[in-house]
Amino acid sequence: MNWLSNFIRPRIRAVFKKKDSSQDAWLQCPKCNENIFRKDYVEAQRVCPHCDHHGRIGSQERFDALFDNATYTESELPRAPDDPLKFRDKKKYTDRLKEARAKTQKVDAMAVAQGPIGGIETVVAVQDFAFMGGSMGLAIGAAIVVAAKQAIAENAPMVLFSAAGGARMQEGILSLMQMPKTTVAIDMLRDAGLPYIVVLTDPTTGGVTASYAMLGDINMAEPNALIGFAGPRVIENTIGEKLPEGFQRAEYLRDHGMVDMVVHRRALKETLARTLRLLLNRRATDQSEETRESEDNLTASEQSAAS
Amino acid sequence: MVSFLDFEKPIAELEGRIEGLRQMSTDNDAKVADEVLKLEARANQMVRSIYSKLSPWQKTQVARHPDRPHFENYIEELFVDYTELAGDRCFGDDVAILGGLAEFRGRSVVVIGHEKGSDTASRVAHNFGMARPEGYRKAVRLMDLANRFGLPVITLVDTAGAYPGIDAEERGQAEAIARSIECCLRLEVPLIAVIVGEGGSGGAVALASGNKVIMMEHSIYSVISPEGCASILWHSSENAQAAASALKLTAQDLLELEVVDQVIEEPAGGAHRDRAQTIESVGDAIERALESLSELDGAQLKTHRREKFLTIGGLNSV
Repeated sequence: MNWLSNFIRPRIRAVFKKKDSSQDAWLQCPKCNENIFRKDYVEAQRVCPHCDHHGRIGSQERFDALFDNATYTESELPRAPDDPLKFRDKKKYTDRLKEARAKTQKVDAMAVAQGPIGGIETVVAVQDFAFMGGSMGLAIGAAIVVAAKQAIAENAPMVLFSAAGGARMQEGILSLMQMPKTTVAIDMLRDAGLPYIVVLTDPTTGGVTASYAMLGDINMAEPNALIGFAGPRVIENTIGEKLPEGFQRAEYLRDHGMVDMVVHRRALKETLARTLRLLLNRRATDQSEETRESEDNLTASEQSAAS
Repeated sequence: MVSFLDFEKPIAELEGRIEGLRQMSTDNDAKVADEVLKLEARANQMVRSIYSKLSPWQKTQVARHPDRPHFENYIEELFVDYTELAGDRCFGDDVAILGGLAEFRGRSVVVIGHEKGSDTASRVAHNFGMARPEGYRKAVRLMDLANRFGLPVITLVDTAGAYPGIDAEERGQAEAIARSIECCLRLEVPLIAVIVGEGGSGGAVALASGNKVIMMEHSIYSVISPEGCASILWHSSENAQAAASALKLTAQDLLELEVVDQVIEEPAGGAHRDRAQTIESVGDAIERALESLSELDGAQLKTHRREKFLTIGGLNSV
């Protein structure tokens, strides 16, 4: 045995045999690099126990954490046409879609569900960053219209969690047209007198921010989430200088009057339930009190196990 | 002095020769005059032939041509008593977007558009047509004004995109664009949008969510610039040509995708070769579009716009 077999060979093997790390018992916080016990991390809704970094979270985990007793019904969404422009860059768009679907087990980046939050029946739409960066194309537009119509039919408020780099370039102009389209959906909610609350999560930029994500009756944001129109790199290239610390982060947006509050993920359900209750002029019920207590007593995994 | 694009080189050479002959010839030189006529015919033929098969990337260059008519040229030729209105009443006046009251072919309207500027000084002053939040908030204010007094809104879109800068972000660029789109969609008066040059992403759609969206023959309308798209997806802005084709950003593509309602033909060789005729055709198209909506009342105009955008891409209905 020499250094070649001891040192180089395992490295080569590691490069070629990238093992699936999603089941490891431990993982590393992407921000502070501390080791975290996976079970703790999932129970804390992917918030780092060491540095409070809010990791990215998928739609199912969101729904489980948000709805009372993790009880909800997912809405069926219309299937958008794949690849309307026959788009091809270095890769075919259809291949990118296939990969994203295999990776996430989802058809596209948005999921919609209905259930009670603090006893108030609510329609919730969640954008999944894991699916092609959450990007907004025909599927997202269609999902938001479905969610808004469902909320109107059920006379329920709507809550939307945004997460996306922006529009999906592979759908060209049709992705851009989702900006007015989703705005029409939000406008219909407003005409129906129903609340629309947006929770901006990391990251929300581009055409998503410049349409449905900034049109909430109330805008909430998760701590340190990147939120803006132009991406930081684009701005740096334009002005030719480094950006100030904390620029385009949730707290910066709050300080500049663009979001109402920055809410820790732990407090999100309670904050949403309270805000909806106040907006809809409802009083706290036993149900919502229960929710508040269950928040304290139940861990996230116990809640989802109850479903 | 016309500025020529790289693919117009053969035209430039030929026109150079014609100019040279003209200067050489004396008044009665019939032979030279004859030669000039022949060359002119050839040049015209060449212009037609080149412009009949422009690639998407070449169209992008024509759409950005510095000599294309801009907002201020359209105002001068098509509108009477233009009365500019300034400011967003919050922060300032952004002259990347201009707008005001005017008379258009016998009726009062509100006209709003991007102005890129026409020489170095004015380009800098207008920030190359790239608006900050104040620009969009001014547009919202003017659209609201039009709505209150029952005046149609005409928008002339020509921008590379909303300005990506620290100050713009600080003052809520995204929110300003979102509110401008929302305002377009809520109007109970007609909104006619013409993409006269470059329709760059959110900065364009903020003024273009109209009842009728019209594009010039060699204008473009896209979710991202070909250069930006190339640098993200190809990791090199040198692939802008390929990106321009992939994005389907030409007026002809968008008509086929049913994203725009009409394409206005440009003079041979593009809008910059005959500005007067171009401006006249735009005026005619706007007038026809307004007439086509004249039967609709306020609520119907709003519904018309909603249906239009809800059904784009073939999913969902009202």
